[in-house]
Amino acid sequence: MRRNVGIRIGLVVAVIAIAAWYLYPPRRTINLGLDLQGGIHLVLGVQVDKALEAQVERAGDTIKADLERKGITVSHIERRGATELVVQLASPAQWKDAQPVFNEIGIFEVREADQTAGRAVLALRPREVAQLRDLAVRQGLETIRNRIDQFGVAEPSIQQQGDNRILIQLPGVQDPQRAKELIGKTALLEFKLVDDKVDPAAAAKGTVPESDELLYQRRVDKETKQETRVPFVVQKKVLLTGRDLATARVSIDQNTSEPYVSVEFNSAGAKAFADLTEANVGRRLAIILDNNVHSAPQIRERIPSGRAQITGGFTTPEATDLAIVLRAGALPAPVQVLEERTVGPSLGADSIHKGLISTAAAALAVVVFMLVYYRLSGLVADFALALNLVILMAAMAAFHATLTLPGIAGIVLTIGMAVDTNILIFERIREELRSGKTVRASIDAGFSRAFRTVIDTHVTVLVSAAILYQFGTGPVKGFAVSLAIGILASLFTAVFFTRLIFDVIYMGPRRVESISI
Amino acid sequence: MIQIFVNANYDFVGKRRWFYLLSGGLMALSIVSILLHGGLNYGIDFTGGMLIQVRYDKPVTVADVRRGLDDIKLGSAVIQQFGDAQEYLIRLPQEKDPKPEQAILSALGRAAGTGVDKRRLEFVGPQVGRDLQLQALYAVLAGMAGILIYVAIRFDFRGGMISIVAIAHDVIVTLGALSITNREMSLPVLAALLTIVGYSINDTIVVFDRIRESRGRGLRKGQSLADLVNTAINQTLSRTILTAFTTFLSALVLFLFGGEVLRDFAFALVIGVVTGTYSSVAAASLVMDWESWSRSRQRTPGKVPAKA
Repeated sequence: MRRNVGIRIGLVVAVIAIAAWYLYPPRRTINLGLDLQGGIHLVLGVQVDKALEAQVERAGDTIKADLERKGITVSHIERRGATELVVQLASPAQWKDAQPVFNEIGIFEVREADQTAGRAVLALRPREVAQLRDLAVRQGLETIRNRIDQFGVAEPSIQQQGDNRILIQLPGVQDPQRAKELIGKTALLEFKLVDDKVDPAAAAKGTVPESDELLYQRRVDKETKQETRVPFVVQKKVLLTGRDLATARVSIDQNTSEPYVSVEFNSAGAKAFADLTEANVGRRLAIILDNNVHSAPQIRERIPSGRAQITGGFTTPEATDLAIVLRAGALPAPVQVLEERTVGPSLGADSIHKGLISTAAAALAVVVFMLVYYRLSGLVADFALALNLVILMAAMAAFHATLTLPGIAGIVLTIGMAVDTNILIFERIREELRSGKTVRASIDAGFSRAFRTVIDTHVTVLVSAAILYQFGTGPVKGFAVSLAIGILASLFTAVFFTRLIFDVIYMGPRRVESISI
Repeated sequence: MIQIFVNANYDFVGKRRWFYLLSGGLMALSIVSILLHGGLNYGIDFTGGMLIQVRYDKPVTVADVRRGLDDIKLGSAVIQQFGDAQEYLIRLPQEKDPKPEQAILSALGRAAGTGVDKRRLEFVGPQVGRDLQLQALYAVLAGMAGILIYVAIRFDFRGGMISIVAIAHDVIVTLGALSITNREMSLPVLAALLTIVGYSINDTIVVFDRIRESRGRGLRKGQSLADLVNTAINQTLSRTILTAFTTFLSALVLFLFGGEVLRDFAFALVIGVVTGTYSSVAAASLVMDWESWSRSRQRTPGKVPAKA
């Protein structure tokens, strides 16, 4: 019986044409994974609690100011945990007056109130906590994307993973260390006044006044790699931050030919800067990045231009990267590297080479085996296998799937598994022939009886692939994808295509006496 | 025409006690090896830590690498030659404050007196690793549960249970082989295990299908159930061996030519395909015992509990 042979041939030709369409030109259509082309894979954990802490501390300052405006003295206010504020009034008698202030702050709720002691514990509302956490991650993602865009990486991939993780994939980055530092830097820029009344050396050993803090200027000597730490005592009050900047760029000092970063404040920032310089002529202004004092120049006069310079013995790449992070802004919360996988371009090229050799060797071994064992039918199975691989590659191109080294392993394995279907069918046909059936009846019975088994075996492998895809990370996902596509494609090639060829050869009008199987 | 096992008539069912003995022995050996090694040898994917693959400009010895690491107080590192004598894999345990890679590379270069290039770096934080260990277990269990459900629906619950026993056997023996050869449990190896879960059941299904087909026709005169099962195994033997053989070829090619990065993964596949094929024959024999056991219980319901 030759049912609809024309239509079926048309379908096979159409599939080949579509596959060819997706595969041309080959180099552009198949995405290579980081393990093949080299690059860096980073998973960053956003320390969202730090963002909450900062928010709570800022709110604490506001509440204190609000209370004091009403003439209520606060003896003590401090953060407890990540989300709570403990407020201690100087006099419990003022408790009643303080109540409206506590109740007005929308983002907090009063968790404990001790009227006799004049003490209240305020807690961030759960809705606020969730929102702040979410915001910290999303802003972090956006900031990192900005930085990477400015750094100049072709086709970076930056996405949120889970609640508070950010997955970054940078193909072909030459200097992973630098990229990592650029991405991971919190880049919180702060301007604070140096407290000249306190001797930093003494403060480093002893006590620091409550309104001040002790920070260090850390410098690494370029030749000796020795780190020096110079202590500074600065006032806690933050005068300006990176948020007040309009832009930042690298300049070269004419005299020392050392690079530095020149920053320009936005209009509000420029006004604040002018006021602050005017009020503090003669004092020193510390420029602090991530709690490291970069420089602390003396204010000589009012600076109305809204420009400032950050010097600090930079190399040119360091200055470039600092300018980038200042332009892109600070991360709302610090990040921590949870996972890193870097593959150098040379290893990637090696892997591609070995992958190609493996694929070719496996294909050759299987093709020869099928040919020797099943002769003409084996040849048909070999063509089916070739078609399978073409469909597999085309499907990967069409779905923009990424080919990884385990993905290549999946292809190699597919070569061995795809012919299984043909073996099941051919063995069944041989059995039917032995039982005395005619060639045509044997082919019919072989295909229909083996079909159930074929479906079963496909389902079980697909179950595994699906779980692997769900579970795995990058490269392993690639394995699951190529295995699944290869197995699915073999339904078309090993069953549909092979049957079609058999029909054309053996089911014609001529009498068929024998079959080469 | 080349054919194998055309009129195969091996007495698998009659000799099934030998299978049980062999399987039991292999599993015991695997478990003992894993216990002696203090559990599975988890790689950094699961424990956290750092792995650096470096390539020197000219061949060096492990001692050269060790000296470089000692210079920067990384004495606890594990060094492994990777391919030729120019390439090494360095594993560093989880540290609070990991040394920057640049410092490690320059120390290695200084000690060996030659240039050194970083080929690969993997860093996994402790939290990520712990998460993965649990997830890996879930993944393998989920895979087995999925197969159990599918086989139970397609055949019956008994078939599903026997399949699970066969799969568990294959996974344990593969883990044992990994343990005996001192190979690491990494993410790719886990991928290989899951593939084995899905693939090794295939041959079992082929035999089950045949048993059901034969039983549908009913027992011939003078044929016992043992004969029927045995015939089914023999009739499908060529299929079982041939399908596994092509997959085995592919896995072997990966093991030989796929490079160091894929070696453990390919090794697990090779072992898994072999034990998967063997276990499908053994599992089919198990059908037999289950059958006669449940029959004896049905016939004499009081007897078994009374003795127990």
